[in-house]
Amino acid sequence: MTKVGVVVFPGSNCEHDVVEAVTLLGGEAELVWHGDRTVGDVDAVVLPGGFAHGDYLRPGAIARFSPVMEAVVEFANAGGPVVGICNGFQVLTEAGLLPGALQKNRGLKFLCTTVAVRVTSTESALTSRAQAGAVLRLPINHFEGNYTCPPDVLAQLRADDRIILRYLDNPNGSVDDIAGICSEGRNVCGLMPHPERACEIMLGSADGRPLLASILGESVLRDEGTRPPVATRRPA
Amino acid sequence: MRSFSVLVEVTLRPDVADPQGATIERALPALGFGEVAGVRVGKAIRLTVEAPDESSARTRVEDLCRRFLTNPVIEDAAITIGDA
Repeated sequence: MTKVGVVVFPGSNCEHDVVEAVTLLGGEAELVWHGDRTVGDVDAVVLPGGFAHGDYLRPGAIARFSPVMEAVVEFANAGGPVVGICNGFQVLTEAGLLPGALQKNRGLKFLCTTVAVRVTSTESALTSRAQAGAVLRLPINHFEGNYTCPPDVLAQLRADDRIILRYLDNPNGSVDDIAGICSEGRNVCGLMPHPERACEIMLGSADGRPLLASILGESVLRDEGTRPPVATRRPA
Repeated sequence: MRSFSVLVEVTLRPDVADPQGATIERALPALGFGEVAGVRVGKAIRLTVEAPDESSARTRVEDLCRRFLTNPVIEDAAITIGDA
């Protein structure tokens, strides 16, 4: 069974949504406190949404110095799958694991809505089990989701097919309609939409499942029906 | 060692759109300030630093800006140094 470590920073607020989605799909989830210097024996790491360290200075600017981040960088450099969702995406860009930056939305509005995104590459830890060209309806919930990067970086992302998700109707001004990208090694991925909140029809959409399933890899649905308890390593 | 007082002004790089500045600028004519242009919004960070001289203080603060106070992808820093 794939074990996913979900990093909890002070101010994270989507960690339990990720745990819920991972267990729903047959994986095992473990919360990893940001103050720990290890991610433990996990098979994948998710940096969840929220407001790590209050988003002070800039979203992700302080989170990248959390003790756990050295372990996350090491895990990523060893090829381990690392996915940053929303605030987690911002943390990954600040940490230098993904290029570019996320600036305030065009129009200066906090966006809380459902958007359509197209899977533009299935060669990544986040999209390997999605269908190329598929349109997914996913919630977004952000103020700083306007992806930007220097022209040469954008050209490189395009040339390497590293833009994995694009908005159909760009909500925030992101360059080239970018909703998600991956690293050169294709194991580190960041996206602004929340696939973990779109895993059950009852909640409006189940389109996030193939993305979560990609993170989980082989173990997906193999253990459907068993829901392991969530282990936490938060200090008492 | 001397103590220097430092003002770091963080602004979006000129090639990065500044929707806050643009919004303020659009509101100006209605208030009778039609002659004001080029509004850019940033943030000011004040700090003190101990260093042997001003030039090494500047070097340290530049490093701090590059690694933490700014995101060099979208932001620039202007550093003003004085005696604390």
